[in-house]
Amino acid sequence: MKRLLVFAAIFVLFLLANRFLPQWIDSYYLHLTILSCINIILAVSLNLINGFTGQFSLGHAGFMAVGGYTSAAFTYYLGQKLTSALGFLPIMLTKNLIFLSALFSGGLSAAILGLLVGIPSLRLRGDYLAIVTLGMGEIVRVLILNIDAIGGARGFSGIPAYTNVFWVISLTALTIAVVTSLVNSSHGRAFLSVREDEIAAEAMGINTTYYKVTAFVIGAFFAGMAGCLFGHYLQLLHTNSFTFVKSFEIIIMIIVGGLGSISGSIIAAILLTFLPELLRYLGPIKDWRMVIYSLALILIMLTRPQGLFGSREPNWRRFWPFRKPSPSI
Amino acid sequence: MQEFLQQLVNGISWGAIYALIALGYTMVYGVLQLINFAHGDVFMLGAFFGYFFSRWTKIAQEPTLFGFFATLLFAMVACALVGMIIERAAYKPLRLRPRLTVLITAIGVSLLLENGGQLIFGADPKFFPSLVAETKLYESPTLVISNLPMIILAVSLVLMILLRFIVMNTKIGKAMRAVAFNREAASLMGVNTNNVISFTFALGSALAGAGGILVALTYPKIDPLMGLLPGLKAFVAAVLGGIGNIPGAVLGGMILGVSETMVAGYISSTFRDAIAFALLVVILLVKPTGLLGSRVGEKV
Amino acid sequence: MRKLLTVALTVTLLAGCAKEENVIKIGEYGGLTGSTATFGISTKNGIDMATEELNAAGGLLNKRVEIIVEDDRCLAEEAASAVKKLITQDKVVAMLGEVASSRSLAGAPICQENKIPMITPSSTNPKVTEVGDYIFRICFIDPFQGEAMAKFAYNNLGLRKAAILKDSKNDYSVGLAQFFAETFKGLGGQIVAEESYFEGDQDFKAQLTSIKGKKPETIFIPGYYTEVGLIARQARELGIPASLMGGDGWDSPKLAEIATIKKPGDALKDCYFSNHYASDDPNPIIQSFIQKYKAKYNEVPDAMAVLGYDVANILFDAMKRAGSTEGSKIRDALAQTTNFPGVAGSTTIDSARNARKPLVVLKIAEGGAYQYVATVNP
Repeated sequence: MKRLLVFAAIFVLFLLANRFLPQWIDSYYLHLTILSCINIILAVSLNLINGFTGQFSLGHAGFMAVGGYTSAAFTYYLGQKLTSALGFLPIMLTKNLIFLSALFSGGLSAAILGLLVGIPSLRLRGDYLAIVTLGMGEIVRVLILNIDAIGGARGFSGIPAYTNVFWVISLTALTIAVVTSLVNSSHGRAFLSVREDEIAAEAMGINTTYYKVTAFVIGAFFAGMAGCLFGHYLQLLHTNSFTFVKSFEIIIMIIVGGLGSISGSIIAAILLTFLPELLRYLGPIKDWRMVIYSLALILIMLTRPQGLFGSREPNWRRFWPFRKPSPSI
Repeated sequence: MQEFLQQLVNGISWGAIYALIALGYTMVYGVLQLINFAHGDVFMLGAFFGYFFSRWTKIAQEPTLFGFFATLLFAMVACALVGMIIERAAYKPLRLRPRLTVLITAIGVSLLLENGGQLIFGADPKFFPSLVAETKLYESPTLVISNLPMIILAVSLVLMILLRFIVMNTKIGKAMRAVAFNREAASLMGVNTNNVISFTFALGSALAGAGGILVALTYPKIDPLMGLLPGLKAFVAAVLGGIGNIPGAVLGGMILGVSETMVAGYISSTFRDAIAFALLVVILLVKPTGLLGSRVGEKV
Repeated sequence: MRKLLTVALTVTLLAGCAKEENVIKIGEYGGLTGSTATFGISTKNGIDMATEELNAAGGLLNKRVEIIVEDDRCLAEEAASAVKKLITQDKVVAMLGEVASSRSLAGAPICQENKIPMITPSSTNPKVTEVGDYIFRICFIDPFQGEAMAKFAYNNLGLRKAAILKDSKNDYSVGLAQFFAETFKGLGGQIVAEESYFEGDQDFKAQLTSIKGKKPETIFIPGYYTEVGLIARQARELGIPASLMGGDGWDSPKLAEIATIKKPGDALKDCYFSNHYASDDPNPIIQSFIQKYKAKYNEVPDAMAVLGYDVANILFDAMKRAGSTEGSKIRDALAQTTNFPGVAGSTTIDSARNARKPLVVLKIAEGGAYQYVATVNP
């Protein structure tokens, strides 16, 4: 019962945020916040694959692209028919139902790709897996370039703007909640064991194949949903946004945050979304924005290579004022 | 048949270029287990060094064979220096760190070279001077073979043979192989690993620089982002042949170049970039360590 | 790291201290780094030159004009961020950009929502101006150029068999190719081959070999000079004798440089392309522009620079006529632009907020020089 109340309260909180946040926060910063949240979803889902399961995946942008384009095709081509079919419902409900279905279709299609990518992982290790995942991402991108029905090389425009603060915050919270609880469960132990020593894990009876593929599928699912949010926010999808450069940007986020640390990924995602934008304020040396960004990256790696939190989670519970005092021994 | 030969000639010249760049990747990986993502940008720098050198020394105005070789040499030496500087500044401090960290640094260096290049050289494409006059060696209505692909092939072969000689028949080559096999044992045996690693970087970067000049000769448009995709494909070629394996890099490069051109010619040119990766996935599924890669048993 | 931040902050503060109240701020967004940065930079050069001239002549409405330019790295999401920042943080009164249709489509809804007039110098996708009544363009739309070149090929050059080699990554190229094909076929001609490439490609021999086999009389290559130069060279290397045709994307001093076999531009000798203006046109507006550009930037202007120069001047003209910096007034004035004497032709904005202006057909002669051949009126 208590749990249900908590969920209802959070739901209402998100609805309120959706209503009032655009009025309180300047629209530029709201824009950056939404982009940060999308990056948080991407970083946390990638951390599940790279950080917790130790699988070297460099193709996350491919999952995002598949999810984005599938969901966009869903709303663009089926949206009208569904709206008229569900005409008896209030329009707000219809819109959100369609978007929910689009999110699912995006996540599902990305998950299927995740399955396909997970399979080579059975035979490949380390750098070989990395290049195959990178390759998968590029293959996806080139395939999209050749399909005119989803815009092809010139981009998919005219996507309805269904993304709003409510959806973005809810999905971000959902991703964080799911991955955190997954990692802290017995499944999480299995993921970690695969990362630490695959042979020992197999020897202990862990089905490493199952866990590796599952990590890919779940990570891909959330990335696909992030892609859906992205497309329905910008109302436009272009393959330039899904090159291996994007995959690298997400990798950078989880490494700067600390591989295997969810709070690290969250903070790094926010930081690295805001940083290039903040660098716009450099005035006369604005042209050097990207050069400074790359230098900053190198410097961070040289000075703090383990990232913000290393592979541990800081104990956030000590900040919660309402917890029961832990028993002293 | 003639069209097939035409595509083949084209494919082989690209294969030679991918092989040159892949050699650099594979050597560095063998010695450091590092995927040097900045390697493709060293290829770009080679082309630009050649551009500025040939214009500064007026070779561009009066192209001679000697001028071409001088430019090639200059680009190779300059790139070797750049490679060593990058290694010392960005990779050496992270030698004992997990590989992912160095990878990110490599990505950072790559971004730095690209964006810095756009800022310093300008983002507009530049025209690389024609250092070797183009002549047609064989011309028929359906097949045209010009001297440029032959030059690319010849220079690449010479460089590859030179590399093999260095790796197999010299002391430093032996040291490289030793460090690649087991870095700690090699240093215990008195090998100066730092110097060997720097030398490896220098060698690999020099080859990439040569690749840059050769490409600029045939496709004379150069811009700061030209190394991105060739670099990635050369890396795929290196993995294809078995990363760390020098003949494998050459084999991988050739296979990649030819199949890419064939697909672009006979199926569709818009799938060109995906072929490299599709090929890779297929081959790796069959031979997980690459074509010539050795299956290293995992010690428990 | 801390030192870097301190320096950066100090510099920013000092820069901010130079603020004046007598400034009109106009925003510009474009790709200054990234894959197609060269077009963004050319456009910026044109806009900068126009702004300098305006400020030297006293400014606009007695105030200095400041162009605040933001780079979008050739990415749609950065275009949206750049536009949002310019509108909400810098409070610009009008927007110039973007070069690429996809990024214009990312920024246009934001401008429309905030009632900031936006003029794109070179986006050709029809959807851009359809976003709303605050969005304008000053370039040809594809049907016009494509049809004009098809008619020229059929009527003036008497050609009957054509091949097309288009850039699938550009709305511009695909649109031109589509309308060329339709018109040419409608007149009775035959399209014997249609191949495509991607912007950024370097090797076109595969496509050209395939086209060569079909023996066309001309190849229509409606792409950008960055690739066209290489295509021409490789076509000649493969022994294709057909003359080549294209659109205003060819216009650049680099085109002849790259399309060189023995002498500058010889790979493109006797080839034709459509453009906004002819550089040998004695019209003083054109000649003085070319002189000034050469003096300032040390190179001959390309099509993007010309369009950048014009888009800025058309905006300034509209603001002068509106007499205010209010969005709706600027918009109304823009919509009424008639026969504006731009370098890129006498421009009139029609009811769909697109530009109508004449087009010239140029021939590439000895040494890469352009020769005027004909004018086509809308």
